[in-house]
Amino acid sequence: MKISRAEVEHVAHLARLHLTESELSKMTEQLGMILSYVQKLQGLDTKDLPPTTHAISVCNAFREDRVLPSLPQKVALSCSPGHNEEMFQVPRII
Amino acid sequence: MNLYELTVAEAMSRMAIGDLTSEALTRSCLDRIDQVDGEVGAFITLDREGALEQARKADSERRRGRVGTLCGIPVAMKDLLCTKGMRTTCGSKILADFIPPYDATVVEKIRGQGGVILGKVSMDEFAMGSTSESCAFGVPQNPWKKGYVAGGSSGGSAAAVSAGECLASLGSDTGGSIRQPACLCGTVGMKPTYGRVSRYGLVAFASSLDQVGPLCRDVTDCAILMNAISGHDQRDSTSVKIEVPDFTSFLVGDVRGLRIGVPREYFTAGLDPEVERVVRNGIDLLRLAGAEVVDIALPHTEYCVAAYYLIAPAEASSNLARYDGVNFGSRDTRADTLMSMYKDTRSAGFGAEVKRRILIGTYALSSGYYDAYYKKASQVRTLILQDFQTAFELCDVLVSPVTPTPAWRLGENSDNPLAVYLSDIMTISANLAGIPGISVPGGFSEDGLPIGIQIQGPHFDEGTLLKVAYILEKMLGVTRMPSLG
Repeated sequence: MKISRAEVEHVAHLARLHLTESELSKMTEQLGMILSYVQKLQGLDTKDLPPTTHAISVCNAFREDRVLPSLPQKVALSCSPGHNEEMFQVPRII
Repeated sequence: MNLYELTVAEAMSRMAIGDLTSEALTRSCLDRIDQVDGEVGAFITLDREGALEQARKADSERRRGRVGTLCGIPVAMKDLLCTKGMRTTCGSKILADFIPPYDATVVEKIRGQGGVILGKVSMDEFAMGSTSESCAFGVPQNPWKKGYVAGGSSGGSAAAVSAGECLASLGSDTGGSIRQPACLCGTVGMKPTYGRVSRYGLVAFASSLDQVGPLCRDVTDCAILMNAISGHDQRDSTSVKIEVPDFTSFLVGDVRGLRIGVPREYFTAGLDPEVERVVRNGIDLLRLAGAEVVDIALPHTEYCVAAYYLIAPAEASSNLARYDGVNFGSRDTRADTLMSMYKDTRSAGFGAEVKRRILIGTYALSSGYYDAYYKKASQVRTLILQDFQTAFELCDVLVSPVTPTPAWRLGENSDNPLAVYLSDIMTISANLAGIPGISVPGGFSEDGLPIGIQIQGPHFDEGTLLKVAYILEKMLGVTRMPSLG
């Protein structure tokens, strides 16, 4: 399975990554290898087979509707590289 | 015998009779770290003062009769378990300065039982790897042989336990990341059933596969640690409400009548003859001890690597979307638009393997490819799960190798990701099926590298795994400490 340089570039954009020219070449080659390998799954008949997303499925994991302590705003903001004591700050978007 | 060589159980009994203090034990580990960690390279963050303080506190609690099951025992945490006030890097530059404001549930439980946290140990970046070489803060070495990998991704945990830098460690296993380094470094490592141990505060890699577990000197310690960390947690909605047995109650030397399944697909071409010799020897010993040996087929084994390397990256690409420079972690501040801030931050913060997996995962989930890749892999996961369900109708546990070979040289295969992925073939199916697995030391290669034996069992049957591992340990009597320093 071949993946083109342009496709890798597009996927990188979706994943919010910049790739340098040399990274792009390397990733194109390595992703191609990996995708060729995983092609072997196509040889299996999985028609009408339900997918497994969790090996042990827990249905409706409810807990009592009770207010529990949570992180104070100041502490929650303390890990952020950019905030103004009240909210997270990012470069302007409008 | 040096204090740092003690097992958890031995140290607990010596402290109980007043023959040993946690402070002395903790100092012994800290001295050992000073002596050998330059070579072993297990620690990313060492909290010398904090550890001694916790040790003195444990000693005073003990004098007052308040004795938790790990009271005064020095342990090391894989650096993806959040520790309140202590840096948690996940082996990544993007979290180089991340100081969590809370403890992971398992960390809270270890502290609650009186455990002394020495610090945080090395791992592959975001737990993505099999050698710990992708760690941004130093690569651990195999304590048994200079220049060889400790395995991964919990390589720092395995190396630290093996080298005597701590008595036990917690790691995480998404595709073998506890069992494989435990095997390569000659320690015991258990991946519990998915849902047995809370994942709250474990930095997520692939949420449907990740599970926290212990790495220890012996099987008894593994049972003690499993008692300490297991149980339902309402902060992790995938943790399961099921009774937790006393895991030490399974440590009886009796496997008579137990059906030991030998999965034939794990003994095919590519298996190192020395690994095969050690594992077959273990199976023979179990037969001598009265177990029945059954030939088992896991017909979809050859599809496990392919399914895993779509599902795990898909989940990772989604989990790692949170590292965008906004809420935590580092931020590249040169950018003037939000989009370039995201891209600059992530491109500078993530290493090559993490980027590769994010790209594979994003591709597998992207429009037009979802059915062919992610959905297909999830359907194949059903077949893999069914293989195990069928197998466990015919046998009680599966005994097999952990890895196809003993540890390899650092730097080998660094340009061939697929070759490294293929070495995970014997461990990743347990994560896809959610079943528990343990690696117990089985012997050594001619070069003196440890070789482990893997035992896997049905969901929530960790007890039987411990029982089989315990009798193997008793019959094999494998040396537990490498000569270092």
